[in-house]
Amino acid sequence: MYKSKPAYIVLALVIFGLLVISCGRKTSDNEILIGEYSSLTGTTATFGQSTHRGILMAVDEINKAGGVLGKKIKLLTEDDQSKPEEAAMAVTKLISRDGVKAIIGEVSSSRSLAAAPICQANRIPMVSNASTNPEVTRKGDYIFRVCYIDPFQGEVMAKFVFNSLKLRRVAILEDVKNDYSIGLAQYFEENFKKLGGEVVATQAYSEGDTDFKAQLTALKGSDPEAIIVPGYYTEAALIVKQARDLNMNMPFIGGDGWDSAKLTEIGGAAMNNTYFSTAYSADDPNPVVQNFVTKYHKLYSDSPDAFAVLGYDAARLLFDAINRAGSVEGDKIRDALKATRDFPGVSGMITIDADRNARKPIVIIEIGDGKMKYKETIQPD
Amino acid sequence: MNELLQQVINGISLGSIYALIALGYTMIYGILRFINFAHGDVFMVGAFVGYYFAPIISKFFGGSPFANGLLVMAAAMIICAVLGVTIEKFAYKPLRSRPKLTVLITAIGMSLFLEFGGQLVFGPDPKLFPALMPSSAIVNTENLVISTNSLIVIITAFVLMILLRTIVYRTKIGAAMRAVSYNHYAASLMGININTVISFVFALGSSLAGAAAVLYSSVYPSINPLMGIFPGLKAFIAAVLGGIGNLYGAAIGGLIIGLVETFVTGYISSTYRDAISFSILILILLIKPSGIMGKFEAEKV
Amino acid sequence: MNRHRSKLVLLASLVAAGGLSFLQPYISPYYFQIIIYIGINIILASSLNLINGFAGQFSLGHAGFMAIGAYTASVITTAMNLQPGTTLAIPMFLLALLCGGLIASIFGLLVGIPSLRLKGDYLAITTLGFGEIIRVIIQNLDFLGAARGFTGIAKLADFFWVYAFVAVLIFLIYNLIHSTYGKGFMAVRDDEIASEAVGINVTHYKVVAFVTGAFFAGIAGGLYAHFVTYINPSQFGFLRSFEIVVMVVVGGMGSIGGVIVAAILLTILPEALRAIAQYRMVIYSLLLIIIMLARPQGLFGGGISIKRFLKQNPEQT
Repeated sequence: MYKSKPAYIVLALVIFGLLVISCGRKTSDNEILIGEYSSLTGTTATFGQSTHRGILMAVDEINKAGGVLGKKIKLLTEDDQSKPEEAAMAVTKLISRDGVKAIIGEVSSSRSLAAAPICQANRIPMVSNASTNPEVTRKGDYIFRVCYIDPFQGEVMAKFVFNSLKLRRVAILEDVKNDYSIGLAQYFEENFKKLGGEVVATQAYSEGDTDFKAQLTALKGSDPEAIIVPGYYTEAALIVKQARDLNMNMPFIGGDGWDSAKLTEIGGAAMNNTYFSTAYSADDPNPVVQNFVTKYHKLYSDSPDAFAVLGYDAARLLFDAINRAGSVEGDKIRDALKATRDFPGVSGMITIDADRNARKPIVIIEIGDGKMKYKETIQPD
Repeated sequence: MNELLQQVINGISLGSIYALIALGYTMIYGILRFINFAHGDVFMVGAFVGYYFAPIISKFFGGSPFANGLLVMAAAMIICAVLGVTIEKFAYKPLRSRPKLTVLITAIGMSLFLEFGGQLVFGPDPKLFPALMPSSAIVNTENLVISTNSLIVIITAFVLMILLRTIVYRTKIGAAMRAVSYNHYAASLMGININTVISFVFALGSSLAGAAAVLYSSVYPSINPLMGIFPGLKAFIAAVLGGIGNLYGAAIGGLIIGLVETFVTGYISSTYRDAISFSILILILLIKPSGIMGKFEAEKV
Repeated sequence: MNRHRSKLVLLASLVAAGGLSFLQPYISPYYFQIIIYIGINIILASSLNLINGFAGQFSLGHAGFMAIGAYTASVITTAMNLQPGTTLAIPMFLLALLCGGLIASIFGLLVGIPSLRLKGDYLAITTLGFGEIIRVIIQNLDFLGAARGFTGIAKLADFFWVYAFVAVLIFLIYNLIHSTYGKGFMAVRDDEIASEAVGINVTHYKVVAFVTGAFFAGIAGGLYAHFVTYINPSQFGFLRSFEIVVMVVVGGMGSIGGVIVAAILLTILPEALRAIAQYRMVIYSLLLIIIMLARPQGLFGGGISIKRFLKQNPEQT
């Protein structure tokens, strides 16, 4: 009989598993359930956890201020291990088992694209915090976002390089493993060429790489006036650092993926003479921004990155919409989200346009003397 | 021409890092004949040991940057050695007589455990690795730059290789290692304590990972819990390419992978870099299935 | 079970899959999704079992075959603009899946050929390399969406499709290994030289194992794509291949039932651990190590078959 032991173990584990899965969460009547799916573990855990912190702060604030529609917000967070199929699973669970009224997520467009059809089919509004691929909100009229879309940011970056920096010959170093990076690179190139500029060379790296000297040396040969790195700060700091080691002193330009205190922490003095476009500047005297930055510091003893800001804004925009809808029904929240005009977010005055994308000004940050400084604001047309 | 020279330098400095990690891989493989997938993650732990110990060491010892750097490296080597031996004792030893695929699964499990555990304990965000040695350039012209960092890595890799060779060929434990590698059973009949030898090899291999991690992080000063995956994989490819179990092979394999990656990126296509370096690996294995240096059985650890 | 009876069982399973699929509206979508993932994982693990468990070829590139199947089938169904519920949907979806499987099996042939020369870890790293090459190539193909992924795939896969293929695959493997022809696989696994000596065509068996395994991995990829409705190259990296190998080894290499149980168990486990949020993958990896230490031969490997287990424990049935 000894031999059948493992089988018992299996059976016990399966039964245990089913029991755990089937014990749903109890909710009371004076709570509104909001779901969040996020990459708390896996390759982009650092972005997912930042987002989660921002959302937690927003939930905490609103509950201290009395909640929404007289009820407390209860946030349910599911991890998706940075995988699209897990995101689909997490969202299905949040909607069908927990009965959330709205969903917040995700950083990555790939996860949002897997989850959006499920939200759409169930008529549950989803507000994506940082998925920049235009395709995401095309999945249906229940899908919204608070970040820029790639075409808009790409255009702004191109205009900034061409008009403000007055540079004509640039090179691009993109992350081929990353949809955000190739999207931004593509729209930058289109717009920059339209303006009359020239992209003299394009090189690629993959998320997780640490050595970029080969790409940089090759780019150096084509003698660009600036190099565009539309990736995340996790790699950008090392890229610029290695470029400076190779005596490449031209400006480097990035997008909102660069926005983190880690950029200057890791890059140090090498980051001088770089620029990036993002949603807000920590120097902005606007009380919404200052309140957020100080509170974030107090709570996490860390500076917020762009993901924390967007998580915070996504949650607050959603709560505002539920308030205006006066109801937690999916179609009412959707209509209220659609009607959002000039919502004062940390990342600027947000207006939701006809395509359910956020229209808001974009800020250019310049790094000099190891510090991030506000350079200029570009309004959407 | 200058660009070509610069790319050669880039390739050698990248390759010597792969070689450094590959040395540890190949040591462990040589004796146990299984792929220790957790090696890259032991490497990651080594980097975090350096991250946490460097400020303490410079505070309490306050010696020259070079002495501090050596102390940090020693700390990383010791902790990684302990970790490696512990992993072997708990996860691999009970399965020693089992098919290799079984041990491979516990190695994958251990690798995931260290990665997810690392994200939990250290946090998933990238951290700045403290500058242990001031980096400067030896050659610094407009178009050609050689930094001290790459030189240190190359020298260390070379010194470690000679040291390992001495251990394997000039010491008693080295002779025991070769005997165990040749035949576990026969070695035990000769009075060699197999467990001691294997523990020793794990300590040695893992401490190499620790040393490599400190050097690696000094060159690429952004560390995170998943940083071991790709260097680990590349080092493993380097070890296979060179003829797994062979110390020179690991060094040569590392250099080849480093140079190939650099040249593919610089002159063919950076988007296809990984695909092309894998294709070259497959081609070489098809021409010479035991790897470049594989035929010298006597050279095996 | 003789041939005739096993055919009846296959027929019964297919009917059951069809019948059960009508229950879909009554099951919570969350459970339903888990059930579908389980089915896809059973196909993946069982098809790899054919290569690893029965033919003894150490392959770490299964995710690559899955990717080929997923992209091929998706390109076909989106090009034809197939929508679920239309008359064309059923035959054309089947055709798309089979095309995916076919192209994957052509690549299986390509990978199978080096396996004639390489052994053990060298073969493992070669197959891992093949898997990565496939991923990098897809990542560079703009018409497949590159890193943006392939979106807008119709949700054509349902309970019936997934479990019909599970039934067909299990039927095939069961009959294969119980046939005289199929015994050749295990002979190759157990002792290649001896097999060759008694006149078994080792080359033939290795290649057949790779081609068949890749075919079903391609089918699984197609089903996966048409259930999740979105695919991108990163989903098919070497970590995915590892996951499938884990299922095979935990189940017990060469054990049909064991691999099925492992696929079920390892799909449910992360879901069951959801409550502990960030700790769950740490616990998952620890459990994996513990399972292997407690049952090195796999849950049902080493002479323990499900059939015997059920006979010993009639009360469990």
